[in-house]
Parts: sequence; C-alpha cells; structure tokens
Amino acid sequence: MAILVFVESAEGKIKKTSIEAVAYAHALGGPVTAIALGAVEKAELEALGKYGAQKVLHVADERLSQGIIQAYATVLEKALQDEGADILVLANSSLGTPVAARVATKLGASLASNVVELPKTDGGFVVKRSIYTGKAFAWVELKNQKKVIALRKNAADIKEVGSPVQVTPYSVTLGDADFATKITSSEKATGEVLLPEANIVVSGGRGMKGPEHWGILEELAKTLHAATGCSKPVSDMGWRPHHEHVGQTGVKVAPQLYIAVGISGAIQHLAGVNSSKYIVVINKDPEAPFFKAADYGIVGDAFEIIPKLTEAIKAAK
Amino acid sequence: MKILVCITHVPDTTSKINFTDNNTKFDTTGVQFIIGPYDDYALARAIELKDAIAGTTVTVLNVGPADTEPTLRKGLAIGADDAIRVNAEPTDSFFVASQIAAIAKETPYDLILMGRESIDYNSGVVHGIVAELLGIPSISPVMKLDLEGTKAKLAREIEGGKEYLEVSLPFVAGCQEPIAEWKIPNMRGIMSARTKPLKVVEPKAADSGVKLQKFELPPPKGSVKMIPADNVPELVNLLKNEAKVL
Repeated sequence: MAILVFVESAEGKIKKTSIEAVAYAHALGGPVTAIALGAVEKAELEALGKYGAQKVLHVADERLSQGIIQAYATVLEKALQDEGADILVLANSSLGTPVAARVATKLGASLASNVVELPKTDGGFVVKRSIYTGKAFAWVELKNQKKVIALRKNAADIKEVGSPVQVTPYSVTLGDADFATKITSSEKATGEVLLPEANIVVSGGRGMKGPEHWGILEELAKTLHAATGCSKPVSDMGWRPHHEHVGQTGVKVAPQLYIAVGISGAIQHLAGVNSSKYIVVINKDPEAPFFKAADYGIVGDAFEIIPKLTEAIKAAK
Repeated sequence: MKILVCITHVPDTTSKINFTDNNTKFDTTGVQFIIGPYDDYALARAIELKDAIAGTTVTVLNVGPADTEPTLRKGLAIGADDAIRVNAEPTDSFFVASQIAAIAKETPYDLILMGRESIDYNSGVVHGIVAELLGIPSISPVMKLDLEGTKAKLAREIEGGKEYLEVSLPFVAGCQEPIAEWKIPNMRGIMSARTKPLKVVEPKAADSGVKLQKFELPPPKGSVKMIPADNVPELVNLLKNEAKVL
C-alpha cells in the first residue's frame, strides 16, 4: 500500500498542513513518498524524512512555483503511477482540495476531503469526514483501489519518526492545457502565523470598536505565537482583510485554542470555529451567545483584560 | 453567453443537525432548506454578468428530488432564466459532478459557476470534478470574477492572501464572498419565477466508489467555566495546567 503525499510550500518552506499529511501517511503504514513542486528549499525537502517520508521527489520546474490546479493534477497523476502508489494524501487547503478533485477523477479513485482521523481498516477502508461545518461527521467507505484523501488541518500529530532523506529530482512533461490558467500576481501576508495553520488563533469582533485598537490583539497573538482572525462584520467594514474573516463563509479554523474577543458569537461565526479544541470568550455582554460554546469565559472590558492577559502569559512563560 | 449556476439545497445555517434510521439519514424535521450560501454568491455574480452583458442567459441547476424545487424557483426569482433539476438524491460529490458534467456536455456553457463547497457535506470538490470531466480549467475559491470578451480575470483566495489569475472561457469556478452581493428576490421576480421553465431530467449512472456508512454527532460540549475579570492570571493557569494548550 504505497502512499504518495503532495506537499505544498510557500516562500520555499513546506506548509505545516503538508507536514501533517506526511505524518498521517506514515501512520497509515505504507511506504511514503512525498512530492513537492516548484521552488522549495533543499533542507526543507530533506527534512520531510524526519516526519515519515522514505523518499522525496522534487519537480524543480519554476512554472510550478505557482499553484496551477490542472498542472499539479497532471504531475500527481503521473507520480502516482510511477511510484505504484494506491493512496494520495494531501492537505484540505484552498489548493489541495481542488487538486484532489481533479487527480481523483483522472485516476477513477475514491475521494474523501475534510478527513479528520486515520481510517478504520477492519472490513474495508473507512474514513471520518467533518460535515455540516463541523457540526457532525460522516464515516465513508473508500471502495476503489486508488484513494485520494484530503486531510483537514490540525487532524494529524506531527512526530519525528525518522531522519532527513535525499531528494530525488523528478520531471513530468506538461502541455499548454496544464497552464491554461495564468497567475498574474499575488498578495501574500508575510512574517506572520497563517490563520488556517495556526495552533492558536486570537480573533476580534465589533467589540474592538475600530481597526485602530487591533494592536492589543496583535500583541497578544505575538506573545502566543498565534494568528489573528476576525468576525465577518469586521472584515465587511474593512477593519481587517478578508483572509482573516473566520466563519462559515470565511476561513474555517481548527486550532488548539481559539480566543474570541468582542465577538457575540453569531451562528455563522461559530460554524467556522466549532472544531477548535478549546474556546475562550472575552466579552462585556454576559448574554453573548458565544459563552455557550466556550470552555472558558470572562465578562469584562476587552481593553482592560487583553493587556492583562498578555502580561500574564509573558509572566507564565 | 450561457452561464450555468449549480446550486445546492441545504439546511439553513441555524439548523440543529440530527440523524435518523440508526444514524444513516439526515433528520429533516423542522429544518428549513435554503440555497447554499456560497452558491448564492455564484448566482448573484451570474445575474450581475447577465445584466452587464447583452444576450447572456443564466440557468440554475440542482441535483435533487422534487422537494428541492422551491430552491430552484428561488434561483429563478433572483433572476435566472430557466432551471434544470436532475431527479436524484445527491449521494456524493462524484455523482453530483457527473450529473452536472453530463448536462454541460449536451449544452455547452461558457461559464459554470457554483459555491466553493456545500454547507452540508463540505467537500469542496464538485467544481474540480466537473472541470476534469469536461477537460476545462477550474479555479477555486474565487472571490472576484470579471469578463473581457472571452477572457476572465479572477482573484482567488489562498491561505494568507490572494492570487490574481487570467483564464479563457469556458471554465468552472467555485465561488465565495465577496464576489457579489447576495440578491434578494423582489415580488416581480417571485411572480415571474412561477412561469419560467423548470426542466426535470433523469440522472446518468455514476459510481464514485464512495459509500456512506453512518453519521455521527460530536460529544456534547461541557459548560463554560467563567473567570472573574479581576483574576486574568487564573485564565492563564487553566489554559496552561488544565487545558494544556499553552
């Protein structure tokens, strides 16, 4: 049961969600080959061996440094065939999931996205998917020999189980159709923890009263090595960029700890955070519905509590 | 130009999720169904394009049994010209995508729009499967879509930012906000929707190799532990020593 893992990268670094995919593949038990596309640092590729990859393929084609869905699907289909792999594992990300769809269709593979656990394999290959925006799960059997699994973020523990491996160059002939989509430019947040990958998220809502007050949340996030998020009204009003909007129609997060400040807890926001392991709610309104979904709560003024919380965390370190 | 908008018929966001028949069926008791919120964005953008480009028609498509027709009629009330219902339970992503692709093979569309994912099964793969079956590009999640003749300029959300892209028609897009403002049907739209054509077609066979075994609800959440505002260090203590997340 050979397994191929597609690892995504940004700015030459392997994404944490992809390292989770390698760890998941290792836990599945088969020999694991990781494949990376485009410009990635050599040391990053070699380090994939530590997390369970026995082999690392690298397609050093600069055209693949941008996430072109069709080209990626062509490369992965070929690599699966060349490696004799029956399972493809990748991250359930804005790139990984659409790529998974196309590869699975090319291969006639059983496909499951948003997978949250290792499969049950006694009597079939049955995976657990998160559905209804985290409000339920579905157990689905993947019946075909070829399987494609898109793994939800923070669903696998990253453990060091091996040592760095040598990287094998790999190439695939790509045609014009693979590059029918052209990426002309991008705007990327740099130097911060990416929201979908964060272990801790600090989010602010309308209770923060304006974008000029975000500094105290950013200070708390920096202290916790956390990402910052926000509620929909905050991004709608332009206080924060859209990619920080956490909720049903924004980013769905599944961190170890979600700290919501000045967010009342509309059902659409809860839908984006209900896979968090622990939720802390800080709100001056004791009737805020978010408290019902929280593990820990403080009723009070965010502008007094957040600086105290930052100091207390610094003191506890 | 012909635009196909694929919409889902999903429980309202506020619905309580329960299952029946030994956790193998969704419990529809007391549940209100709506157009999928992401699909609503796709439909709204399609209507904007129709208003901007003369001769454009918008078709809404749903794979579902007869009781999903009010959802299609709402799509017509918002401004779609006609509707197609594929008469089948939407069992999984590949099945649904195969039905959409079969329709699009019979009647080619310049643009196929849908939400980035449905809010029930959250797969996020139907647009990619449809595009692969048709051999055309797919882009998701699309937050901006402008047309210049047969070319499109798009913005796509990526983790921690966005990318700007160009692609020629035809292609498939999985949409999300802020691609357009949701449209609310007005009385004229509601009245005219009653007489717009709604075609029912029978499904094509499609085996995805995926079989649902059962649904499961997460364990109930415990009650919140409140900490006095004047004792913030206690929160840090609990996060560190009880939850062990610091």
